[in-house]
Amino acid sequence: MAFLHVENLTKSYPGNDAPVFENVNFTIDKGEFVCIIGHSGCGKTTILNALAGLETASDGILTMDGREVAGPGLDRGVVFQSHALMPWMSVIDNVKFGVRSRWPDWRKTQIEAQAAQYLEMVGLGHALQKKPSMLSGGMKQRVGIARAFAIQPKMLLLDEPFGALDALTRGTIQDELLKIVQATAQTVFMITHDVDEAILLSDRILLMSNGPRARIAEIVEVSLPRSRTRHDMHHDPRFYRIRNHLVDFLVSRSKDPKPADETHPPVVRPGETEPAPDTLAA
Amino acid sequence: MKNEHGKSLLLSVVLFALFIGVWFVATQPKESAQQSAAQDEYAALMGKGAAKSGGFPPPQEIGKAIVTHLSDPFKDNGPNDKGIAIQLGHSLGRVGMGFVLAILVALPLGFTIGMSPLLHRALDPFIQVLKPISPLAWMPLALYTIKDSDLSGIFVIFICSVWPMLINTAFGVANVRKDWLNVARTLEVRPLRKALTVILPAAAPTILTGMRISMGIAWLVIVAAEMLVGGTGVGYFVWNEWNNLALPNVIFAILVIGVVGMALDRCFAGLQKLVSYTE
Ligand SMILES: Nc1ncnc2c1ncn2[C@@H]1O[C@H](COP(=O)(O)OP(=O)(O)OP(=O)(O)O)[C@@H](O)[C@H]1O
Ligand SMILES: [Mg+2]
Repeated sequence: MAFLHVENLTKSYPGNDAPVFENVNFTIDKGEFVCIIGHSGCGKTTILNALAGLETASDGILTMDGREVAGPGLDRGVVFQSHALMPWMSVIDNVKFGVRSRWPDWRKTQIEAQAAQYLEMVGLGHALQKKPSMLSGGMKQRVGIARAFAIQPKMLLLDEPFGALDALTRGTIQDELLKIVQATAQTVFMITHDVDEAILLSDRILLMSNGPRARIAEIVEVSLPRSRTRHDMHHDPRFYRIRNHLVDFLVSRSKDPKPADETHPPVVRPGETEPAPDTLAA
Repeated sequence: MKNEHGKSLLLSVVLFALFIGVWFVATQPKESAQQSAAQDEYAALMGKGAAKSGGFPPPQEIGKAIVTHLSDPFKDNGPNDKGIAIQLGHSLGRVGMGFVLAILVALPLGFTIGMSPLLHRALDPFIQVLKPISPLAWMPLALYTIKDSDLSGIFVIFICSVWPMLINTAFGVANVRKDWLNVARTLEVRPLRKALTVILPAAAPTILTGMRISMGIAWLVIVAAEMLVGGTGVGYFVWNEWNNLALPNVIFAILVIGVVGMALDRCFAGLQKLVSYTE
């Protein structure tokens, strides 16, 4: 039994005739890293917010760890697209705010130690007392990640966490995230626009078709060893096959995906086989 | 930057000296020599020597008044001869009481209105009508119902302070960034803790802006209110000295009102700086 079940999830806003997405089905296993890719506006953030419990779906069933998701909770850590740090709190106070919420009975020193440990982990041990406004975009994002990790949630939800960063910073933080996730076997659901990032981090990638009435068109299994690094990934022919497959989907197939079995999108492993002739066109 | 500061300070000093100079020249006693008989008579009628009411007082007389008042600020020789510190104490006491009462009402109510768009819409017409009423217009009503001039003064301060605070609190609370509230929600933060640790600090700069405006208005209003109800306070002091035709004392009191008002404003500016944050 998978850790997270999403069944026939549908979201329509009042006033809009067509739902943003409908009949979205996928599962996530414990310890799995799943990315979702799709064009802007297809409903990725809405799905993530539904998983976070911040938004209610119009229809469908959402269960995590055997229980229905009803509202937000401490068992899910969310990293927001806009980092969402409280600017009046120092870096460590931001993380402590989460830790104290998770363990209200802890002693001050315990809370402090937990917060400091996770900030250390994202490489911010030197900036504990700084205000967020004094940090660079990448550092802020790392504080957000530390805050989400520090409450030791069962699952992490990341909404384009690196979207606003330059390529260099992005690479460094990706490496850090990869290290942390590999060490903690964290279950992660992440939105990204970056194909390379998705391949580097995920076990599986959900491809979402364009809205309205968006759905999961395909599930791509990333058949690279989990110990992959950004460096040697680029020398693996499987990487390029997967990459071409993803780019090809985004460029030419996302508008009008094959009307396959709507509720159960096909699972493909483009890394394993030689790509079909039509996908080479990209 | 530092240099700019010095220059502006120098200019201020020069302007001040110029102002005093012009004032001094304009109030030279030779003019009072040509005083008309009627004015002399009027002065005599008011029980004052001709020298004392000889036109607008020159700056040195104000200086003398300042020295006299500041040398014994705590004197208390009956209702019409109290030191300036005592009068200020009365005024500040009323302002403080009215202001604290306004905070006690405006903060919780502003929080509620800010969190509930329904309540906001429902109460908005009342606020819009009540807000532009001059606080002094409430005075007769207050005196009639409360029957106590001191309490009426406090009430008038309360009523004029409450609106800017209420409106700013509601605005600040309603506009707390959704992201921060979502963080609190995902962390299952309880409502009271959320109000104190997320909403209050997020809205604090806006709330303090409201308080600063309120304090400014309250200090304007207290002088007028005390002129009306009499008894004690700087407002009464001004009125009393005017009745004595002691213009230097009136001008001294005006100066004190200005300086204290500025000091109050500086206090709130400092508080504002304390709670402000950069995103
Ligand atoms: N409150 C709302 N009322 C009506 N429509 C909405 C509302 N919020 C979002 N939408 C619509 O839902 C769709 C999905 O929005 P969502 O934010 O989930 O997109 P996204 O996939 O995360 O896009 P991006 O990649 O740009 O972040 C959009 O087309 C948007 O117009
Ligand atoms: Mg989004």
